[in-house]
Amino acid sequence: MNRSELTFIERLYIFEALKGILLTSRHFFWNLFLHTTHLFGLLKNKSAAVTVQYPDEIRPYAPRLRTRHHLVPRADGSPRCVACMLCETVCPAKCIYIIAGEHPDPNVEKVAKRFDLDLGKCVYCGFCVEVCPEDAIRMDTQIMNIAAYSREEMLLDINELLRPGSRKQS
Amino acid sequence: MPILKIDGKDIEVPVGTSIIEAAKKAGIEIPHYCYHPGLSVAGNCRMCLVEVEKFPKLQISCYTPVTEGMVVHTQSERVKDAQQAVLEFLLVNHPLDCPVCDQSGECELQNYYMKYGLYDSRLMEDKVKKHKAVSIGPTVMLDGERCVLCSRCVRFCDEVTHTHEMGIVNRGDRAEIEVAPGKEVDNDYSGNVVDICPVGALTDKDFRFKCRVWFLAQTPSVCPGCSRGCNIEIHWNKERPYQTPGERVMRLKPRFNADVNKFWICDEGRYNYHWIDQGRLLKPMQKRRGVPHEVSWEEAFGTLSGLFLRPQEMGVIVSTDMTNGDLAMAQQLFVSELKVKNVAYQWIRKSGKEDELLMKADKTPNTRGAQALGFEDRSGEIYEQIEKGQIKILFLFGHNLMEILGKDQAEKMRSHLETLVILGPHAHEGINLADWALPSAVYAEKNGTFTNFEGRVQKISKAFPPMGMAKSEREILKEMARQAGIHINLTV
Ligand code: SF4
Ligand code: SF4
Ligand code: SF4
Ligand code: SF4
Ligand code: FES
Repeated sequence: MNRSELTFIERLYIFEALKGILLTSRHFFWNLFLHTTHLFGLLKNKSAAVTVQYPDEIRPYAPRLRTRHHLVPRADGSPRCVACMLCETVCPAKCIYIIAGEHPDPNVEKVAKRFDLDLGKCVYCGFCVEVCPEDAIRMDTQIMNIAAYSREEMLLDINELLRPGSRKQS
Repeated sequence: MPILKIDGKDIEVPVGTSIIEAAKKAGIEIPHYCYHPGLSVAGNCRMCLVEVEKFPKLQISCYTPVTEGMVVHTQSERVKDAQQAVLEFLLVNHPLDCPVCDQSGECELQNYYMKYGLYDSRLMEDKVKKHKAVSIGPTVMLDGERCVLCSRCVRFCDEVTHTHEMGIVNRGDRAEIEVAPGKEVDNDYSGNVVDICPVGALTDKDFRFKCRVWFLAQTPSVCPGCSRGCNIEIHWNKERPYQTPGERVMRLKPRFNADVNKFWICDEGRYNYHWIDQGRLLKPMQKRRGVPHEVSWEEAFGTLSGLFLRPQEMGVIVSTDMTNGDLAMAQQLFVSELKVKNVAYQWIRKSGKEDELLMKADKTPNTRGAQALGFEDRSGEIYEQIEKGQIKILFLFGHNLMEILGKDQAEKMRSHLETLVILGPHAHEGINLADWALPSAVYAEKNGTFTNFEGRVQKISKAFPPMGMAKSEREILKEMARQAGIHINLTV
């Protein structure tokens, strides 16, 4: 990459810093002015900058947004997931780990005994939701804050997936 | 021999051949459910319809013998219509359990629907409900709804095993597979009904929900369960090992061989695989002051090759579980090079169940191979000589002395020996007697050949690497010999 040499004025630094402060202050006072006039119903046609005070304030997300996964439960609380492993097969990040077991009802037959999803690897592609023949996995929890202090905490188990947010945060 | 034309190809086949077989010979696939080359022809599924010129109606290719000058079309519009209609009819009451069905991925309904179906369902009525997840024997599960009533399983029990456990009861869309009252599908070959069932109506309890079939890798091999040497495929979990921790082999399936086992294998052989992954000896062990210690291969080779200086005090007992390559290596090293006199094989499982169909009493795979290489069944003499103190060093391959001689006798035998070296895949109780226990690979972990009871030499292939630090007997012996300055060149 070609960088132009700094001029003497630029190298003095002080003028450049002042230029920056000036720009920030101009936006600050201009938006302060606009927000105040909006309060009095004036200058409504001019829009002012919006800042969301995340995480105290959360913007409504579009319902179709792909957020953290959850497993849909049946009426009795057991997962609707029948451990067909299609999501595990299609997942490009290979971050779903399922172990199947027997369901007492012969019309259901199969159920996931273990269902682990490693958010640390997930690329949020939504293929798992798309492929599921039972509509058992969805990405509709609207949970976006998936940060954690360790890799282990990024691994969601079947309980956490069935009841998102139920796991105690450490 | 009549010459006929199928889809424009001229084919010559023997008199009496069915169209479906003639087509197969020409590399043309005709979809079918009830036809199975190992069973009688039932002609009930109608999936195999083809158009034969000068016949007013479509003909079932599994039951129509070829004639001179016959002209057959398998791809015409009429045939395609018929295939689609038959499939739609077979699937009318089908539950579409694919997500929970173990057959999914190797199901002929799925395959044929994608190839010949692709229609939209027109069914408005409720589907007929039948029995689901019924255990019909120690190894087989039945799902009545998934069955297409091809009757392959019924014919198998009637014609191959002659046990007649299964039948079709009721009529029309209520027709269902049933087991004869008071009976179970519990014969020595019951697992085969799962293989021949073209759909997921019969599934294997042993494989139930263990693994999806598309995660499996297949390796051709030969069943080590008896001296018949049935051809098998080892299906092992290659892609998702965490689903079945510690278990690599998921199931064994028969592999067609017209001269040995045809399409079948016995249940004993089919479920004879858990030992591949269980109770394995993982590292070379040396006993020091009565306590086994892990050692490296180099240490083991170095020390043990020293024993080769005393061949006259040595005894070797190989096993008939070893491949020809392993046996040949033992033969070269101990007999040709070291001139050890006391070399023998020992049968461990030589008198089991035997029948007309496949099972042989000799439950080891390579007795003929051992005999062909000059090994004799004189382990008794070796034990006698040990007691007399003439043999001080014993190389034992795979055998468990505790099992062969009983605990007391084995310990007594042990006390006569100076050094006992056991090469074997498993950490059984008899291993504790050994001064040196060296882990060897099982048949699924190596390439080689077995010679069956008829003298037929058959190839086995390596499915996965040996567990832990195990090596094949061949490699172990070769390396030991090399350390002792003996070079053996063997290409078997
Ligand atoms: S969103 Fe994509 S990467 Fe994440 S679990 Fe689903 S399929 Fe895998
Ligand atoms: S695709 Fe759906 S039903 Fe199948 S394993 Fe995944 S979540 Fe369960
Ligand atoms: S038999 Fe085949 S089509 Fe029927 S549920 Fe099983 S896999 Fe699906
Ligand atoms: S159970 Fe399977 S083999 Fe037996 S009739 Fe039904 S589909 Fe055919
Ligand atoms: S295969 Fe010919 S009728 Fe079934």
